[in-house]
Amino acid sequence: MSIWEYANPKKFMQTSSWALPWVTGLAVVALFGGLIWGFFFTPDDYKQGSTVKIIYIHVPSAMMAINIWVMMLVTSLIWLVRRHHVSALAAKAAAPVGMVMTLIALFTGAIWGQPMWGTWWEWDPRLTSFLILFLFYLGYMALWEAIDNPDTAADLTGVLCLVGSVFALLSRYAVNFWNQGLHQGASLSLDEKENVADVFWYPLLLCIAGFILLFVTLVLIRTRTEIRARRLAALESRERMA
Amino acid sequence: MIALLIRDLRLAVRAGGGFGLGLAFFLIVTTLVPFGVGPEGGTLARIAPGILWVGALLACLLSLDRIFALDFEDGSLDLLATAPIPLEGVVTIKALAHWITTGLPLVLAAPVFGVLLHLPAAGYVWLVVSLALGTPALSVLGTFGAALTVGLKRGGLLLSLLVLPLYVPTLIFGAELVRRGASGMQTDTALLMLAGITAAAVALVPFASAAAIRVNLR
Repeated sequence: MSIWEYANPKKFMQTSSWALPWVTGLAVVALFGGLIWGFFFTPDDYKQGSTVKIIYIHVPSAMMAINIWVMMLVTSLIWLVRRHHVSALAAKAAAPVGMVMTLIALFTGAIWGQPMWGTWWEWDPRLTSFLILFLFYLGYMALWEAIDNPDTAADLTGVLCLVGSVFALLSRYAVNFWNQGLHQGASLSLDEKENVADVFWYPLLLCIAGFILLFVTLVLIRTRTEIRARRLAALESRERMA
Repeated sequence: MIALLIRDLRLAVRAGGGFGLGLAFFLIVTTLVPFGVGPEGGTLARIAPGILWVGALLACLLSLDRIFALDFEDGSLDLLATAPIPLEGVVTIKALAHWITTGLPLVLAAPVFGVLLHLPAAGYVWLVVSLALGTPALSVLGTFGAALTVGLKRGGLLLSLLVLPLYVPTLIFGAELVRRGASGMQTDTALLMLAGITAAAVALVPFASAAAIRVNLR
């Protein structure tokens, strides 16, 4: 099994139609399990009260927002180097999901920030770089929409994704220089013994798994839709020729 | 390459519009800001570095879509792509021509606009230095946006959506340099970072722009 097999859309459609119900089911279980566990069966924080429970949506969506961009970068590279068509479509399919994740992270962050910091928005490095990431997602999607020829669109958005990645990273560290942060530092690093207390940690892990599975589900569905739309366009153009 | 540079400069000057327009736009932005925030000298002096940088950035954006669009329409871009000089070189020259026609006038005129906004005396040198260092990066990054949107009918709005996020690091370090210079703080870090970003952009972005043009000419 290698990813090159799935450059064949037919093979991809077969495997994904088999995998999709499983992934969807797992996503639903993990997401609902994690959220219900987190919302109803964990104690309130002694300082933050029940607002601490926003963590179960805020942290996974923020992680996904960044990782989806990385996934788009990898799939764009695979497309640019090896002309793997499904890979390009997967990058296209992932972008709106990533944009929504960025929005969720920004909004839950605002709702959390209001009681904790006393402000909805602060020009903090992390918050600002997420806003910039959101702009990159917008530009990427707008470019896909604007170009008619699918291969040209895939090429140009691929190049944009590469350049955008460099500048998103650069902006991330440039804003550090520009303003000091209000947001707390990393608190989920793998190399630390205990980050957040275990009662919050396990449901959070489940939520993260749920968000990842949800993302895989959505990307599979959207990629399948893209492939079908391409087939439809091909059929229509053949019809017109005949 | 020099012939190409001279041709582009001549076109920019004689075709009208391009040369003075960016500068006029910059003047209008600096004139409108006091109407928006009020005429107190203290407030204006504090926001002057940011306003001047954002104004320069927008003025630069204004003429970006002309970099490749005209050549694309009349087919001379195809000739340039098959010319013996590499397309990366063509892009660099185009960026240089764009900088000479929009960036350089902004650098030279910026101190005058600084007076309008009560920029503190210590800031003038740093304003000129930061714009001189930063605007080449704006032009080069602009060629990338222009190359991506060159085949599109109405690419102007999309162009700004694509290019403006790329301008963030340059803007941060450029404006920070002027702010620190104006308030008499240490300027080394901001200066070096700004110069570094420009150097990296000038060295690497033409490759991306050329790749995008090749795709669009296919």
